[in-house]
Amino acid sequence: MSKQVLLIEDEPNIIEAISFILSRDGWSVKTHSNGADAVEMVKERRPDVLILDVMLPGKSGYDILRELRDDPDINGLPVLMLTARGQTKDREIAERAGCDAFMTKPFSNADVLETVRALAAK
Amino acid sequence: MSTLNLLVAVCTAYVFFLFFVAFAADRLALQGKRAWLRSPLIYTLSLSIYCTAWTFYGAVGSAARNGFEYLTIYLGPTLVMVSWWWLLRKLIRIGRTQKITSIADLISSRYGKSSLLAAGVTILAVIGTTPYIALQLQSVTLSFSVFAAQSDGLAAQDQAQVALWLSLGLALFTVLFGTRNLDAKERHDGVVMAIAVEAVVKLVALLSVGIFVVWGVSGGLTEALHRIDASEFGEWHTDRSRWAGLIFLSAAAFLCLPRTFQVLVVENDDESHLRTASWAFPLYLCLISLFVVPIAVVGLDIMPEGSNPDLFVLTVPLALGENGLAMLSFLGGFSSATSMVIVAAIALSTMVSNHIVMPIWLHLSPSGASVSGDVRAAVLMARRISIVAVVMLGYLYFRMSSGGAALASIGLVAFCGLAQVLPAMLGGMFWRGATRLGAFAGLTAGFVIWLYTLYLPSFGVGTILPMSIIDNGLFGWAWLKPDALFGITGLDQLMHALLWSMLFNVVCFVSVSLVTFPSPLERLQAAQFVNIFDHSTSARSWSGGTAQTEDLMVMAQRILGAGEAQALFLRHARRQGARGNLPAPTPDFLEALERELGSSVGAATAHAMVGQITGGMAISVEDLMAVADETAQMLEYSARLKEQSQELSRTALELRNANQKLTRLSIQKDAFLSQISHELRTPMTSIRAFSEILRDTDQMTPAEQSRYASIIHDEAQRLTRLLDDLLDLSVVENGQVNLNLRDGTLRDALDRAVSSAGIGEDGVLLDIDRDPSREGIVLHTDLDRLSQVFINLIANARKYCDAKAPRLVIRVMQEADRVVIDFQDNGSGIAPDAVDMIFEKFARVSDQKAGGAGLGLAICRQVMTRLGGSVDYLPAARGATFRVVLPYRTAMAAQ
Repeated sequence: MSKQVLLIEDEPNIIEAISFILSRDGWSVKTHSNGADAVEMVKERRPDVLILDVMLPGKSGYDILRELRDDPDINGLPVLMLTARGQTKDREIAERAGCDAFMTKPFSNADVLETVRALAAK
Repeated sequence: MSTLNLLVAVCTAYVFFLFFVAFAADRLALQGKRAWLRSPLIYTLSLSIYCTAWTFYGAVGSAARNGFEYLTIYLGPTLVMVSWWWLLRKLIRIGRTQKITSIADLISSRYGKSSLLAAGVTILAVIGTTPYIALQLQSVTLSFSVFAAQSDGLAAQDQAQVALWLSLGLALFTVLFGTRNLDAKERHDGVVMAIAVEAVVKLVALLSVGIFVVWGVSGGLTEALHRIDASEFGEWHTDRSRWAGLIFLSAAAFLCLPRTFQVLVVENDDESHLRTASWAFPLYLCLISLFVVPIAVVGLDIMPEGSNPDLFVLTVPLALGENGLAMLSFLGGFSSATSMVIVAAIALSTMVSNHIVMPIWLHLSPSGASVSGDVRAAVLMARRISIVAVVMLGYLYFRMSSGGAALASIGLVAFCGLAQVLPAMLGGMFWRGATRLGAFAGLTAGFVIWLYTLYLPSFGVGTILPMSIIDNGLFGWAWLKPDALFGITGLDQLMHALLWSMLFNVVCFVSVSLVTFPSPLERLQAAQFVNIFDHSTSARSWSGGTAQTEDLMVMAQRILGAGEAQALFLRHARRQGARGNLPAPTPDFLEALERELGSSVGAATAHAMVGQITGGMAISVEDLMAVADETAQMLEYSARLKEQSQELSRTALELRNANQKLTRLSIQKDAFLSQISHELRTPMTSIRAFSEILRDTDQMTPAEQSRYASIIHDEAQRLTRLLDDLLDLSVVENGQVNLNLRDGTLRDALDRAVSSAGIGEDGVLLDIDRDPSREGIVLHTDLDRLSQVFINLIANARKYCDAKAPRLVIRVMQEADRVVIDFQDNGSGIAPDAVDMIFEKFARVSDQKAGGAGLGLAICRQVMTRLGGSVDYLPAARGATFRVVLPYRTAMAAQ
């Protein structure tokens, strides 16, 4: 059974792009575009890797990550954060919140694929 | 030239000289050279007002008749002067701090400002002084007749003429120099200087006669002493009780006589002068009495039997052919007489006008003392009339008594009458328990007994008191015989009257004082008088006293302001039913005043201030006035400070607001940069991702390729739009936009905007309510730009209106010089704290609702400014309401 990636992102075109790339690599990609109930979705889906955008409607990616890390049931989940804000402080916030990898938009498709593979192999 | 004419000429010249001296002194005083005028020497010399013509001539007469008894008249004042530290210093301090104007004022002031007491003392003084003035007139006319006897004699008619002219002249002098100004201090520099000069003339005259008698007539000091030994002087006995009585009487008179009180207390300029006067004045008395006995002995020797010893000073030189010396002696007597009349008239007129005329005048005058100038004029007039009246009263008395022998003893009679004031005066100064009723009782008792036992009988038996009373007593009761009250005989009349009047006076005074209670004001004044040295650190020229309420008024005005203070005082005056505008300083009033002042300066300060003026602590009124001034300044200053601090806090508030705005702007700018970054990176992410997919992916269907290419295309366009917006804002802001002005109706512009923005991509339906009939206004403007503004406003309403059924009402109003277009939705409006931010660049009401880059309204405002109009948010309206205003000039130009 193929490994599962959950993508939480609100921009339809980006969802489509990432889904396309990962699917072609053999991943099972689930998507979700609302921040408010993202944590429940993660717990329900139990993905192997989570790709999380920062600017989400309802709840920011940072808050979602913190909640996940505080939850012992799920805190070991590998998380890749994506953000359109490329400043250093954004990366720091993300690392403090406990992400495993951080990528700034726009990204290279190859990098995303490579990172997701690496996270899944952990 | 006859001797008499020469005499008249000398008198006239002398009087003119006095006028000159007084005038010059007044001028000097006006020029501020008072220090010279008010030296201890002048003060001492002015005290010689005590020595009148009666002492000048009468001392020799007394010595010729009663031996050394005349010395008692000088011993009394000497004792008073020597004990100055104990008594006079206190009296003068009281006089100065209480602003005392006369002995009547002193008594009245001490006993609760009683006007009845003041009037009583005044009447007593007038009754006691009038014969005394008559005595002076008599001495002058007698001395005239002595000279006249040498030539052609002086008829009784002429004597009266001399007396009349003299009275008129003295009245004129006194009016001129005694009522010059209505100074609160009641000081008369000119008069005092004239008195001092006259004192010197008296002394020089008497010394000259004495030296002539000792060395010229007797042939030296030793011979003169032998002569005295040989005369009856050595054998005359002294009656001790009479001596003691006379010394007491003269001491009392020195304190109580209106004229001596005037120079001693009222005219005193400096307390320290007392120190000099305490030895200098006894010295003066000593000098003036030095040659009395030799003159008397020589007079008795050489003058024919039966000649009047009272005139030896004059007749001895005349008899020996020393006309010049006689003239000098005459001038000495003349000086004594005139100075006494002048000062007595001033003192009496002050009392009469202050305590009798003014109260009556104020009582009769309906308006009361409302106008101060009014009162001043009235007081001066009363003063002048009183002077003339007092002098003329003396003249009348002189005419009525027809210069009889009764006058000779009138000096002591007057002394005895005025001595009745002494118990009330001393009691008031040293005994706090003394009350008004006590003083009144004592004075009345003493006065009545003096009147009955001494004054009335002094007119001569059978003149006023019928013979039957003298012989059998009042109502036939023997124990009421005027010369033997309670059956006590063996005393001479003077001692008898003195004993009984003083005894009853003191007993009544003390006993009534003990059984009555003083009023609050009396208590205050008693404390002020008795503890004068605790209350005044130094003698101030003015302070509380009769002017207490005025002082309060002055102080209150400084603190409350004139209008308010006057209103307050008037209110209380009305409440008390007081005449005039000043209330009596009753405890109620003081308490109210304190409260009123307290609201300005604080309760404790107000208490201290009021307490001070009414008799509180050891701070002077002047100090207090300074405090009041300072307080007023401080109030003003603190008001200014308050104003400044208010201004500062206003500025601070503005700064804080500006800072908050800046902070918000800064945060929003950061947020905007993040947003811009996000907005730019998001489409770029899609573009990069799909272009990489297109590049790297094999075996893609044409449909997939086409789809991904169109995504890249759309995202590229999205980027372009964003950049266009930014560019547009920048261009509009910098004023580089080119307006494409053309004609069109407002309706067209709105139609375009509604069709473009009414239905969004998200499908939210916005119900737009318009009134097309009012939109047919032809405009000459850049219609594209105007539409852009409308689109923005409609799009905002669509994006932000939070009503369940969003609805936007667009209303057009045409006014005189402008067109107003309101866009009102039915949502909850914009939060008040965000209202001032919405037109700022990069501003967005909230991240959550944000759909654009936050540039729309900023661009709208810039566009409207360029079009000559405006766009504003109306905070008061229901729902979010934007108002676009176009100048109508634009519309008119289109027609």
